[in-house]
Amino acid sequence: MSPTTLYDKIWDAHVADETADGTCLLYIDRHLVHEVTSPQAFEGLRMAGRKVRSPDKTIAVPDHNVPTTPDRVNGIENEQSRIQVEALDKNARDFGIHYYPVDDIRQGIVHIVGPEQGWTLPGMTVVCGDSHTATHGAFGSLAHGIGTSEVEHVLATQTLIQKKSKNMKVEITGKLLPGVTAKDITLSVIGHTGTAGGTGYVIEYCGEAIRDLSMEGRMTVCNMAIEGGARAGLIAPDQKTFDYVMGRPHAPKGAQWEAALTWWKTLYSDDDAAWDQVITIKAEDIAPVVTWGTSPEDVLPITANVPAPSDFEGGKVEAVERALDYMDLTPGTPLTEVEIDTVFIGSCTNGRIEDLRAAAGILKGRKIKEGMRAMIVPGSGLVRAQAEEEGLAEIFLAAGFEWRLAGCSMCLAMNPDQLEPGERCAATSNRNFEGRQGRGGRTHLVSPIMAAAAAITGRLTDVREML
Amino acid sequence: MDKFTKITGVAAPMPLINIDTDMIIPKLFLKTIKRSGLGVNLFDEMRYDDDRNERPDFVLNKPAYRNTEVLVAGDNFGCGSSREHAPWAIKDFGIRCVISTSFADIFFSNCFKNGILPIVMPKEVVDVLLKDAEKGENARMSVDLEAQTVTTSDGEVFPFEVDSFKKHCLLEGLDDIGQTMNKIAAIDGFEAKASVERPWV
Repeated sequence: MSPTTLYDKIWDAHVADETADGTCLLYIDRHLVHEVTSPQAFEGLRMAGRKVRSPDKTIAVPDHNVPTTPDRVNGIENEQSRIQVEALDKNARDFGIHYYPVDDIRQGIVHIVGPEQGWTLPGMTVVCGDSHTATHGAFGSLAHGIGTSEVEHVLATQTLIQKKSKNMKVEITGKLLPGVTAKDITLSVIGHTGTAGGTGYVIEYCGEAIRDLSMEGRMTVCNMAIEGGARAGLIAPDQKTFDYVMGRPHAPKGAQWEAALTWWKTLYSDDDAAWDQVITIKAEDIAPVVTWGTSPEDVLPITANVPAPSDFEGGKVEAVERALDYMDLTPGTPLTEVEIDTVFIGSCTNGRIEDLRAAAGILKGRKIKEGMRAMIVPGSGLVRAQAEEEGLAEIFLAAGFEWRLAGCSMCLAMNPDQLEPGERCAATSNRNFEGRQGRGGRTHLVSPIMAAAAAITGRLTDVREML
Repeated sequence: MDKFTKITGVAAPMPLINIDTDMIIPKLFLKTIKRSGLGVNLFDEMRYDDDRNERPDFVLNKPAYRNTEVLVAGDNFGCGSSREHAPWAIKDFGIRCVISTSFADIFFSNCFKNGILPIVMPKEVVDVLLKDAEKGENARMSVDLEAQTVTTSDGEVFPFEVDSFKKHCLLEGLDDIGQTMNKIAAIDGFEAKASVERPWV
């Protein structure tokens, strides 16, 4: 057999039908559903008199709209948000799919709940009406976002109409330096490739620095594959993956576990596999980074200065002029002099227990700057409970952070957690687009420890000074 | 789904690169449980000021471009989220075709599900089309899917590539689910085989 990549192997194992022009029906093992991109799909099923083909492979959880304040037990105040969440409640019940309602401790961001509950397993195909489905690639599963029409298609047929993407290898060699995290890896890769660099590709991340990451860190890396334009990001499963998965509620048990493990251990790219593109970055060349503009590709080390439009070429010149105007930044300003008023730690990028532990490590014994609005939004109710058990919540509260309930929160600001016009936020989320965290709000993407450091000083800060 | 065969209409230039889905339709408007009525909020934050007045310098607010049917845009159009509200808003506004050097993967796929034709053209062609679009409402661009050509108001013709299956679906207005339902036997067969090979799934 000719050498193949991890992507090739997972793809080949899921083709249910192929036509002469290469258009395939790809079988979907797990379909994750949330309240924002699904109501029209369920409505489509009803209108056509169709059922959900595989309710046992379909998992729903409300996350985008849900408030993160304790008063959410009294219901959602915003009428439209409430209607969307109620629609998901009803659809989950009517169609008999797995469901974690708002008041279930297992509720959280769909991309945190999936792995946590053992729904996401190596070698699977995983889709969701959400671009950050790429997160699940950390398990060596082929996972990507889909639109609502495709959500309906998967609900009805458990397949997607797809053509195969190209293979890209992103290798991070060597070891990360202190203060450099998975977030800095993934942002640095996007800084390197640009937000369209991955278009048409599935990326496999590999190399010593990726192997060294925990499962949480690997999820952070894969989560932002979409920000580089790739359909999906993948990391080959290894012992860390198997250890993470074992014993989770929906992971296989007993003889099935052994059978699964045997197959999972074959899921890696052959040494001599062909790649359409290879990018190699030395881990030691990666610094703690921060975004300065309104595209995730606008990445610089924290030690750098705000760039000028003249530093760029082509269409990027106008885009940078617009971005600097929107961000209210002057070229030449050291990034460490940029003052912030808000800090958001959370999201499907950085809302897992390891992220909270890392932030607590910086915040322990310190206080946030006076007047700073700082919130930590755990990625799931179980992450929240674990952080409380480990004493992290006390550290956050003592430092002056708000300690919230689980949800997407200020990553996309569909719930009440929003920036006001002109507010400037150091955020551990994934997008710094104009208006992303609230109309007129300004976002600087950073790692959890960089966000914690910024909360203390009130400006973008090199966390290495606090280690 | 609406068919797409051939259109001739006003083309609007939006040369800005990396126009993302938050720009196309801000999250505020994702709370709907319908597909319709989003056109008024297309490019909402670029189109309206804080008091909801139209910004006169935004291209689609200019008299010449109020009936835009073709959008000629900068690189990497539609990057960001998977929200199908983006193509729903574009379609609801009346735009049936978007031309750029590149599109984000999910947005590109979403367009075809909604009777919108996204066309990838080389940079030098997009530059010519942007220039043509700048001429306003008297200059009409034609897009012919059957012939796979874009014709400028001056009659200059540029061929484009399109996936044959997607072309077929757009020309006929075919619904994906209906077509896949015709292949249920293949899906049943796959499931039977997979349940033996990977029973834990």
